[in-house]
Amino acid sequence: MTSFTPYSALLGGGIIATSVIILLLFNGRTAGISGIMHELLPPHYTHYGWRIAFLLGLVLGGFVFQLFSDDYAPPRQDSPLWLIGLGGFLVGIGSRYGSGCTSGHGVCGLASFSKRSLFATLTFMGFGGLSVFVIKHIIG
Amino acid sequence: MTILIGLLSGILFGLGLSIADMINPHKIINFLDIVGDWDPSLAFVMIGALIPSAIAFYWIRKRNAPLLDSQFHTSNLKHIDRPLMLGSATFGVGWGISGFCPGPAVTGLSFFNPEALVMVISIYLGFIVQKFIVKKLSP
Repeated sequence: MTSFTPYSALLGGGIIATSVIILLLFNGRTAGISGIMHELLPPHYTHYGWRIAFLLGLVLGGFVFQLFSDDYAPPRQDSPLWLIGLGGFLVGIGSRYGSGCTSGHGVCGLASFSKRSLFATLTFMGFGGLSVFVIKHIIG
Repeated sequence: MTILIGLLSGILFGLGLSIADMINPHKIINFLDIVGDWDPSLAFVMIGALIPSAIAFYWIRKRNAPLLDSQFHTSNLKHIDRPLMLGSATFGVGWGISGFCPGPAVTGLSFFNPEALVMVISIYLGFIVQKFIVKKLSP
C-alpha cells in the first residue's frame, strides 16, 4: 500500500514539464524515453550525443535527488526477477511497436493534443490495469 | 550545446520522477489497481506535467524551428493504426507486470536497484526482438 502524495506528484510533474519543454524549445526533440533509448541502437548513426547525455542525465537526476533526501531507497517490487524481465521485454517490444511510452505518448504527445497519443495512453493504462488486476486479484 | 540541453533535460526528468516517487514500482502498480488501494498520484504527476507543457508546446510550435536546430524532429503520424493499438496494449501489460516504464527504469539505476537493471536490459532485448519481428512480417 502506498499513500496518495498529491503535492510531490504535482511538483515532480512540473519539473518533468520543464524537462520536456527545454528539449523541444532548444533541440526540437520529443522527450520520449523509449525512443531515445532505442535510437542508440544501430542503424541510427547520427545525433548520438544528446541522447546519451539525456540518458546519463536521467541517472544523474536520481543522484541529485538522493543528495537532498537522506537514505531514500525506493522499495522494490519484490516480484521474481524473471517476471520483471518479462515485463521489461514486453515494455521494449510494445513501446517500439506502438512508437512510444509513458513519456513520449503520455506526456509529450498529450501535451501536443495528439489523437494517437491519447489513444495509446488510454490503451496502455487500460491493459496495465488489466494485467495488475489479473496478477493481484485473480492469481493473487 | 544540444548535448548540454540533453543532459539538463535528462537531469530534470530524472529529478522529477524521483521527487514524485514514480521510481517506486508500488506507486505505479497501485495507480493501475483501481479496484484495490488506489493511489492516484501518477495522475497528478501527469496533470503537473501536462498543463505547463501543453501551454509551452503551443507557443513553441508557432516557431519555424527550435533554437538550436533548423527544424523540429517531432512525429507527424496522425492515424490510429494496428501497430499503435497492439504495441500500446503490449506495453501496458509489461508495465503492469513490472511496475516500471522506461524512464523510471533508467533513473532507478541511480538507486542501485537490481530490478531497474533487469528492466533496462530486458527493454533492450525487447527492442531487438521487435526489430526482428517487424523485419520478418513486413514485405
